[in-house]
Amino acid sequence: MAKGGEVKLIGGWPSPFVMRPRIALNLKGLEYEFLEEKFGAKSELLLRSNPVHKKIPVLLHADRPVCESLVIVQYIDEAWPSSGPSILPSDPYDRATARFWAAYIDEKWFPSMSGIARAQGEEAKKAAIDQVVEGLSLLEDAFGKISKGKPFFGGDTIGFLDIALGCFLGWVRVTERTQGLKLLDQAKVPGLAKWAERFCADSAVKGVMPETEKLAEFAKLIMAKFRAPPPQ
Amino acid sequence: MASASLWNVPELALTSLNRLIGNLLYIPNPILASPSNQKRPPQHIKLHYSSSTSLLKKQMAEEVILLDFWPSPFGMRVRIALAEKGIAYDYKEEDLKNKSPLLLAMNPVHKKIPVLIHNGKPVCESLIAVQYIDEVWHDKSPLLPSDPYERAQARFWADYVDKKIYDLGRKIWSTKGEEQEAAKKEFVESLKLLEGELGDKPFFGGQAFGFVDVALVPFYSWFYAYETCGGFSIEAECPKLVAWAKRCLLRESVSKSLPDPEKVHGFVLELKKKYGVE
Repeated sequence: MAKGGEVKLIGGWPSPFVMRPRIALNLKGLEYEFLEEKFGAKSELLLRSNPVHKKIPVLLHADRPVCESLVIVQYIDEAWPSSGPSILPSDPYDRATARFWAAYIDEKWFPSMSGIARAQGEEAKKAAIDQVVEGLSLLEDAFGKISKGKPFFGGDTIGFLDIALGCFLGWVRVTERTQGLKLLDQAKVPGLAKWAERFCADSAVKGVMPETEKLAEFAKLIMAKFRAPPPQ
Repeated sequence: MASASLWNVPELALTSLNRLIGNLLYIPNPILASPSNQKRPPQHIKLHYSSSTSLLKKQMAEEVILLDFWPSPFGMRVRIALAEKGIAYDYKEEDLKNKSPLLLAMNPVHKKIPVLIHNGKPVCESLIAVQYIDEVWHDKSPLLPSDPYERAQARFWADYVDKKIYDLGRKIWSTKGEEQEAAKKEFVESLKLLEGELGDKPFFGGQAFGFVDVALVPFYSWFYAYETCGGFSIEAECPKLVAWAKRCLLRESVSKSLPDPEKVHGFVLELKKKYGVE
């Protein structure tokens, strides 16, 4: 049982944002109840716990809600400081660097990724893909500088930035498959390509990273909903 | 001397520039040289009477520089945090139409201000810089609370300010008609939500001025511009929030960091002219 009260996580299996706190809880060896939201209908509990954004994930610790995936990850790190490895680096400058790249991923890189599927026409699609590839090249460079030869951004163990980026790997694979692309190209981003394999194989990640097959099926479902004409 | 070409080279990292300076046989001595016959380097490159790069680096030790732009609410956040901690720093005003090589080198990803440079190392993104300042100078005026749950709440609300206020405010001064009305409505709703979160506390963090206060109060300097462009009164809609802002302004760290709202309004009028907004 978690220190200070029960831990629950409101989420959905396909969401990369939900995966973030799940990985963090696993790293800390914490047990929690996973409250799966039904796609298309938000539960009373979710609406009550996150009235501002009405989004998943929401962590409930002794019934007190924490919202926003990266805020939750930092909370998990700070609320259970002596369980498992530290998720954020200890040096303030390294912390600022990790936060910077996590913000870049959320504000620039991930939107460019989802931009590929949304792009209308060949030219727009190519432009969207170029943006993602450019972003990956920046992240490859960052990985080299931050990991300093160690297996993860966080060093020997998975850390904040690994979680922030790694949660999208399932969706990267789906995009590669549906678009016929190679984004994590060994030739172009060798550091990230190998890091991705290590990340997905890690015990804190394995159980919560959805299978590409399942995710691709789910993607078809939401694309159909997205492209469907608005209800009369 | 090759100074002219040196200063104009874009995207040259400060460290490589230092190395170049170190290798020059002659470095202008600010004491001996008279301003009239010396080509003065841009303010962001400090020269010292020394040809050794290691001495240059030592003189940069504990150096805090802020690359900023006076009307930027994001820049104001960092100014407030530095003032709260009593940190001496070098303020560098950027011309955003002509970004300095230093800015481009220190923030190559976004090329935006504010950038905090501490001992030559850049910290970008205003809330990240504020947290960095809070963590490095942790023995004075803590901005984030110590309790993990309260820290999470502070981060959540600062993130909310980031997601809503700037973009909605921008829409208010840069659009007309239906679009402007929608932006005004959503803007007021967001402020009311924040007002609700503030409740009867003197500050968002409770008794002490903190992270969310730092995140939000800069936008108060833009309220007059929003009100004038949008034809509405923020004080009428959110009196408690305006009272909170005035309370924050009693702190020197805030009053010295926020520009005059009339100046900001003047700046917005210039932007409107530039973008051809009625």
